[in-house]
Amino acid sequence: MMMADDDKILLAHGGGGRLTNELIRSVIISALGNYTLSKLTDSAELKIGQTDICFTTDSFVVKPLFFNGGDIGKLAVCGTINDLAVGGAKPLVLSLSLIIEEGLELEVLRKILHSAAKAAKQENVEIVCGDTKVVEAGAADKIFINTSGIGLKLPKADVGFEKIAAGDKIIITGTIGDHGMTIISHREGTKFESDLKSDCAPVSEICGKVIEALGDDIKFMRDPTRGGLAATLNEIVNQTNLGIEIEESQIPVNPTVRAAADMLGFDILNIANEGKAVIVVSPQKAQKCLEICQSCEIGKEAAIIGQIIQGTEPLVELITMIKGRRIVPMPYGRELPRIC
Amino acid sequence: MLERINEAYTQIARAQKTLGRTVNIMEVCGTHTVTIFRAGLRSALPEGLKLLSGPGCPVCITDQGYIDAILAFADRTDIIIATYGDMIRVPGRNGSLEQKTNRGNIKIILSAEDVLKLAKQNPDKKILFVAVGFETTAPATAVLANEALQQGIKNIAIFSNHKLVVPAMASLLTTKNHRIDAFICPGHVSVIIGCDAYLPIVEQFHKPCVVAGFEPMQIIDAISEICRQLAEDEPQLGSVYQAAVKPGGNETAKKIINDTFDISDGYWRGLGEIKKSTLKLKEKFSSLDAEKQLGVKFIPEEDLTGCCCGEVLCGLMDPPDCGLFATSCTPDSPVGPCMVSSEGACAAWFKYTRKKRQK
Repeated sequence: MMMADDDKILLAHGGGGRLTNELIRSVIISALGNYTLSKLTDSAELKIGQTDICFTTDSFVVKPLFFNGGDIGKLAVCGTINDLAVGGAKPLVLSLSLIIEEGLELEVLRKILHSAAKAAKQENVEIVCGDTKVVEAGAADKIFINTSGIGLKLPKADVGFEKIAAGDKIIITGTIGDHGMTIISHREGTKFESDLKSDCAPVSEICGKVIEALGDDIKFMRDPTRGGLAATLNEIVNQTNLGIEIEESQIPVNPTVRAAADMLGFDILNIANEGKAVIVVSPQKAQKCLEICQSCEIGKEAAIIGQIIQGTEPLVELITMIKGRRIVPMPYGRELPRIC
Repeated sequence: MLERINEAYTQIARAQKTLGRTVNIMEVCGTHTVTIFRAGLRSALPEGLKLLSGPGCPVCITDQGYIDAILAFADRTDIIIATYGDMIRVPGRNGSLEQKTNRGNIKIILSAEDVLKLAKQNPDKKILFVAVGFETTAPATAVLANEALQQGIKNIAIFSNHKLVVPAMASLLTTKNHRIDAFICPGHVSVIIGCDAYLPIVEQFHKPCVVAGFEPMQIIDAISEICRQLAEDEPQLGSVYQAAVKPGGNETAKKIINDTFDISDGYWRGLGEIKKSTLKLKEKFSSLDAEKQLGVKFIPEEDLTGCCCGEVLCGLMDPPDCGLFATSCTPDSPVGPCMVSSEGACAAWFKYTRKKRQK
């Protein structure tokens, strides 16, 4: 579906699903496109002199600002670090820009910045520049944060859609849907609220270690944020024209997250993560890669969930618990709680 | 698990033998439809069984005229439209609520209780509540109406389009050439109305009715039970969801529905008018009734040109056999309501099966 001139931006255009893709391709790329941008990778790969760097940016508008497992400050740092890490880079420095709504309590701002600083320090990343704007009440929702980041490309890293081949295995580094369901439950005030915890965390340790140990056997990495695992896997099949087969029984899901998603009628595969990576690895090194993931604190529940196949169509297929099969579609962009 | 699947295979074969043809079972509930697709159930069961997706998605069966009537208020800054999430994508004749939300006066709510909160937070605005759903959401609307009346809250306008499940099932069975052998009855609705509510379907139409919960295995068990009944030609009431569903249902919920609503004739998208199938607020709630307070005008839809949602809902056609399916009607730009909701038969078919691509 092409966007028409009189169309308006819907919330779903920001949801990381089909509508986001459409907006990027038909409006943004057509206005700004160039060789690097058009690759649509998590971070841009650039050569400065003899050095390969990765450069990326991300904005954070999460509501509520504080949630179980994190807050907008930690998220803003981890999110950009993760975009660099899955691009095969070691994160070096970040910028951090604030758009603040008039009336925000200073204490809230302090807490957010403290949390951002702590997350950056843990990753040995410095926040080296920034900007502050204040807008009148109502023109923003409390606080929005943008972070940009630069990372040094790891010498052994050679990841990209074009590296992916039939037979490669797909690893997810832990349970899915934790961040999204935590945020949604906060907003909707469901009974699960207190038992859910966002997975908000940097994935740089895992990404760095698997690249270091397995080099170009690591074909591709991505953090499945908005649109969840479904969006990431669909992007892989769209970019490679290969198929994907995943097994429901192998996908790690926290039972409370599953219960909350079931109650609201959400497909867990579409729910956002903020501390996970999808890793595509050669079949020979898949087991080794899994062991490395599991040796990391946030990767204990990592699992091989499926593989790339030479299908007749670029589709993601799920083998269900009862051994049925179904297509996993690209999410639309906005999960709506169902009526009953 | 394997044992229960094998049992289903055995019973399906027996039923097929007795009937001398494919067994057609309708799952009435939209949530069952989604479970069936998400679990890949169709691909796991033999070809002698056909699962038909029924009219059990409240969004699917909402007449365009109802959406249009609400959209007429989308520009009003003195009104907040409160709606359940999956309603916002349903197209009326002039677009959907999602396309009209640029003014920010459309709020997605999770329960009717939220309407009361919205009314208190916005005393200078009228909250127009899009009250849709089956017997599951009707009690919450009833509680809202009673609370608002008791507390003297005046800035709520309820536009009731609640529907009753059993009249629709009966209506399907009087449709010419329908292909329905039995029903898997909805779990949530049955918690309210009870298994006994389906007795007329069993007695008048001789169709097995088995209530199931939402686990794929429960649906498989329901299929086994239905096929056993069909094989032995003994249509009965049954339930594989006994933990939650009682024969008489939830008396408190039923009473508040009866005390709050009158049963009237109503329009169902794709099915037309069904007698005694719609709940409208009783006279004593006139001060909260949007149709009376806001002069909401409801003009029923004419046929949607080319759209076969009616046939799909009646089990006369599979979604891919509709001329619009996956061409001019997709989840991104739906024509018929079955494509709109994630629980709609067409949307589920589009999203989770390969057949659309084999067209």
